[in-house]
Amino acid sequence: MSGARIGAEAVAAKGWLVAHKWLLLRRASQLGILTLFLLGPLAGIWIVKGNLTFSYTLDILPLTDPFVLLQSLLTRHLPETKAFVGAAIVLGFYLLVGGRAFCAWVCPVNMVTDAAAWLRQRLGIKGGAHVSRKTRYWILAMTMVLAAATGTLAWELVNPVSMLHRGLIFGIGTAWAVILAIFLLELFVMQDGWCGRLCPMGAFYSLIGKVSLVRAAAVSRAACNDCMDCFAVCPEPQVIRPALKGVNGAGPVILAANCTNCGRCIDVCSKDVFAFGTRFGNRVERISPPAKSMAPAACR
Amino acid sequence: METEKPRKAPAAAQARRQFLLESARMACGVGLLGIGVGLYAKQAKALPPLAIRPPGALKEGDFLGACVRCGLCVRDCPYDILSLATPDEPVATGTPYFVARQLPCEMCEDIPCVKACPTGALDHSLKDINKSKMGLAVLVDQENCLNFLGLRCDICYRVCPVIDKAITLEQQLNARTGKHALFIPVVHSDACTGCGKCEKACPLPVAAIKVYPTELAKGEPGKHYRLGWVEQQKAGGSLVAPDVPHQYNLPEGMRYEPGKGLMPSEAPPAQPGVPKALQGGKL
Repeated sequence: MSGARIGAEAVAAKGWLVAHKWLLLRRASQLGILTLFLLGPLAGIWIVKGNLTFSYTLDILPLTDPFVLLQSLLTRHLPETKAFVGAAIVLGFYLLVGGRAFCAWVCPVNMVTDAAAWLRQRLGIKGGAHVSRKTRYWILAMTMVLAAATGTLAWELVNPVSMLHRGLIFGIGTAWAVILAIFLLELFVMQDGWCGRLCPMGAFYSLIGKVSLVRAAAVSRAACNDCMDCFAVCPEPQVIRPALKGVNGAGPVILAANCTNCGRCIDVCSKDVFAFGTRFGNRVERISPPAKSMAPAACR
Repeated sequence: METEKPRKAPAAAQARRQFLLESARMACGVGLLGIGVGLYAKQAKALPPLAIRPPGALKEGDFLGACVRCGLCVRDCPYDILSLATPDEPVATGTPYFVARQLPCEMCEDIPCVKACPTGALDHSLKDINKSKMGLAVLVDQENCLNFLGLRCDICYRVCPVIDKAITLEQQLNARTGKHALFIPVVHSDACTGCGKCEKACPLPVAAIKVYPTELAKGEPGKHYRLGWVEQQKAGGSLVAPDVPHQYNLPEGMRYEPGKGLMPSEAPPAQPGVPKALQGGKL
């Protein structure tokens, strides 16, 4: 859609509120979680203590970042049971709601990169350095190798995600410069640069996303009018095509591990093509070749 | 070696070549980043002398693999002495530490910071705060320490939570006046917890006694060193046979007692009829 803003059609068809429903819910989730963490230090109301790497809620619920726990294990340190319980709960949760739901619904850096993406769109900045979206898996492997080789949580020295979240709660120091660098990287250097190509945490959670339950799906893909807004708004546009277009007989469920379950495609679609469902609702209707059907084909 | 064969499907070969190139590109690019982060991690292993870890912290190398930087120890410290390092500080980013001269550890008996640690980076087997080894106090400035100057400051000695064990005052002759005593504060590493109260309390503008991370503060004897007197005690007797008493070459009429020094030898039995003053023995 030349000239028109992404989602303009959807706003006209559904109204602003409905066309921003998942965006608003996501912001509420991101800010709500941050508020819970900040209530303690700012207002003295201790519901949650700690930060995203490990937190303790109401002195009963431990939550551990499995990405950090795995690195810690690779340094040959055996943590207390509480840390394992916390990681199991977090793994179980994201197995249900979608691995990279962490990225879209919890991670504080998402708000920074979303702001950069929004500004990039408004300023009409196109192109930039091309770095493969697979780079993040190499960086993920690198973080694990570093942990084993140095015996320390080396990545945590530079990890912008934990740096920002910890900084907001415990005092940020010069970490704001790192966050500014991420913002500028996304704005000028690389589209979806950090979250879509480099971040090893996203890569780690996408591994959970390979088998997680809740998925976005192009349930009414027959109604698609090819406005391309979903591709334009999606931070991982490569995940949409197979499900929307039924490439190689794929069903309508977006099974790609890097879908963040952000729901932006649902918001911006004026034809209500997309909806949340489960990975088991992958029925293939007439538009795709009937010979290759059902989930197994799509799972690849 | 290769017989003339029709070229294998060029598309497959091209794809393989592409794959290998792509992998090499990734491995090199990400490898470069990894080397950078790795070298930084190596630098970050060196804890600066000012930064003291909370009680029960594992050795620095192990601590940096165990601590997930969650800050629960910071939260559960009732005196708010701990903070998490920000990237501009010379301590590994996100890890907890305190600076004794600003706020020393108050040595809570229930050690809440250790209990809060979910990973065991602060060792949960530490149950008695008096056994903690956060660091080691060192009297670094013997020229300016008031007690070394002959005054009775004694503050470090008196504020010490393990008083008379971690710091003792050892009497010495004040050679400057010739008639007074110096009360020299001496730190004993077996009892010092490294809480930093002495450093905090030192009345000098810059503390003469400071707490350093133990690896910095403490020397170590050679592994093969044996202290004769300790070995003797362990064995319950001399290790050398025969145990010949040391032969002293002493002035006539004097004897030597270990720990006491020179003294007149036992007076010979008084000779009847000779006045004591003429018997030759000293008084």
